[in-house]
Formats: sequence, C-alpha cells, structure tokens
Amino acid sequence: MTVDPHGSESPEIRTEAIETLLVKKGLVQSAAVDALVERYEQDIGPLRGARVVAEAWTDPEFRARLLEDGMPAIRELGFGDNTDSHVARLVVKENTDAVHNLVVCTLCSCYPWAVLGLPPAWYKSPAYRSRAVREPRRLLAELGLDLSPDVEVRVWDSSAEVRYMVLPQRPQGTDELGVEELTALVSRDSMIGVERP
Amino acid sequence: MNGIHDMGGMHGFGAVDRRLDEALFPEAWQGRVCALAGYAMGAGLANIDAFRHAIERMPPDRYLSDGYYGRWLYALETLARERLDGDTLPERPETGSVTREVDRAPRFAVGDEVRTWNRHPRGHTRLPGYARGRRGVIAEVHPACVYPDTNAAGRGESPEYLYTVGFESPVLWGDEAEAGTTVYIDLFEPYLEALE
Repeated sequence: MTVDPHGSESPEIRTEAIETLLVKKGLVQSAAVDALVERYEQDIGPLRGARVVAEAWTDPEFRARLLEDGMPAIRELGFGDNTDSHVARLVVKENTDAVHNLVVCTLCSCYPWAVLGLPPAWYKSPAYRSRAVREPRRLLAELGLDLSPDVEVRVWDSSAEVRYMVLPQRPQGTDELGVEELTALVSRDSMIGVERP
Repeated sequence: MNGIHDMGGMHGFGAVDRRLDEALFPEAWQGRVCALAGYAMGAGLANIDAFRHAIERMPPDRYLSDGYYGRWLYALETLARERLDGDTLPERPETGSVTREVDRAPRFAVGDEVRTWNRHPRGHTRLPGYARGRRGVIAEVHPACVYPDTNAAGRGESPEYLYTVGFESPVLWGDEAEAGTTVYIDLFEPYLEALE
C-alpha cells in the first residue's frame, strides 16, 4: 500500500489506509482502537478536574497537597492513570483575588488530559495559541472575563512535559454545598482560566 | 525549527470562538486518528518528540488547513513512510515516562536571573520564538527530562533539567505589552544562560 503524506484523498480514506498499514505491521489492533475511542468519549473528561477542584475547595489539606504536587494528589481520588504517561508533572495554579492564571500551549496544544480529558477546539485554535501569551487581558475580556487592572495575570505556556490546571476561586454563597454539588459548578473552561465558575 | 507551529504572539488569526466544534470528535476519523497515534507511539513508531516534529515539518498551508487531528494524520503518514518501509519493525520503548535520574545538580535555582539563548535550530526545539534571547527568572525547578531537541532527531535522550521561567510581559512584547502580566514557559537547561 502506498502511503502518500501529501495525499489529496479525504481524511476518512487516509485514516483507513494508515490504520490498515499499522495493523498489518502489528503496531495496533483495530479492536483496541475502537475501545480507546469509546473511552475518550465516555470516561476521560473534564469531570475529573471538576471533582479535584471541589475536593480542594472543601478540604484544605487536600488543597495544599494538590498545589504542592498535582499528580500524587489526583491519584488519591483514583485519577491520573497511565493515559498521560509522557507527562513529567501536573502543576495546579490557584486563582486568588490578586492573581488570575491562564493556560495555553503555543507550540502544539499540550493539555492536562489526565484531569480535563481532550482539549476543546478553541484551545487548539491558532487564535488562542497566538494571542494568549501576547494579549491575555484583551482576549479574556472578549471571552467575557473582565479583570481589574489590579489583578496580576499569569500565563502558563506548556512548552514541555509539565501540564497545568487552574484551581478557580470558589463562588460566593456556596458554603452550604457539598462536593457533589460543587463539582457540578466547575466548568472545563474555568480550569483552563478563561472563565469563572 | 522556525515554523508555522510556533504561534505565540502572531497576529491575524482573529477572535477565539468558544462555540465551535464542541463535540469531542466532530468526525469519526478524528477519534480513530487520536487512538491510532497513541497506540503507534506506544508500539515504538516514534517518540513524542519525533511525532511533534513530524507535525512541524508539514507544509505551512497544510498545517493551517488540515486541523488538529488532520495534522496527527499527516504526521502518522510521514512517520510510517519514513520508518515502516522495510521489514524491520520499531522497538517498543521500555518506558513511557519522560523524567530521568541524572548524576548532577540543577545549574539554576529558584530566583536566578537567566537569559534564553538566541538560536534558530532547523530541528525540533521547545523554546518558542517569542522568548529567544529574553531575560527571565527561574520560578520552579523540575526533574530532569528527556531532551526533546536530541530525542526528536534520534540522537538520544540526553536528559536535561527542566525549569519554569517567568518573563515579564514588556520583556517579550515591548511597548505593546499588557501591564501586570507575566508569561511562564517551561524550558530545558541548555536554552538558558546565567545573568550576573
């Protein structure tokens, strides 16, 4: 089979061709591919990150461990399996009244898969990758998040094998809520830093 | 390499649209490519750095038009053509981990002032173009990791310490910089030189 990297065939046909080749060479099994796709779609999602945030909001000791070293802390909750084995560390950055954190990867689209699942389309877009490091305040304002000039902005460009997640601030008036209800308040985008819960 | 992938700071891409493509895999082939790439890397087709470099080597127009998983598909095709032509199959890597023990101490400590080197390698590197020759401060010291610049080229892992380096926005963007903003970038030790 000819594999043409400059192929003008449709991506569907090219995907079939490359899968056939990889199976023939013994590098992959189609059944395993089916299973992994299903797992991406169903199991690995931003829900994990939301649960991590809710735990951090309700358990100060867990929060301290999470901010110290993310990966061991999320393993306590049963997350952080080998889906992300090429990652050196998970670093969690906490938003406060004085500091707002924003995560980007300008060189590709590195993203904390272990807690947030696969990245959304906008995170991978040239517009986000090009602007987040140069004009984060303007970008956030366009997305509906107006930051006071007093708030320091810290942008984390994930250029190596460290992955970043934002720990958003707990919303006012949620003192009575438990972990499960709090988890439902935490959006994926708030853990990237482009909105608030 | 100074390629289209190195997007930090570029103009002209317009607004960020958070509403588009909310489905994980809007088209079925994209999910298959995602999983195929994971398994093929795990089986030794290429390491993560060689895979990223295969994406960077795409013609710039294809990089922009093929989309995220389209780029993965393109890279898989490139690597398959380069590496699966004969009967020899790739060796499965011993570990997926990227951290390595090294018998030397990190050269820099938190708070040290550094300057990034101003090099423009044709191969793979993880120092973004917008941060070359710039002055920053070490914010965190990480374990030594596989060095992407050599690993992508098949020249060995040659592990290097990894640092998070903070750059004040005006150092990067001059008069156009937004106030009160710091950009943190994860950089390998060879990219950094000490500032007195």
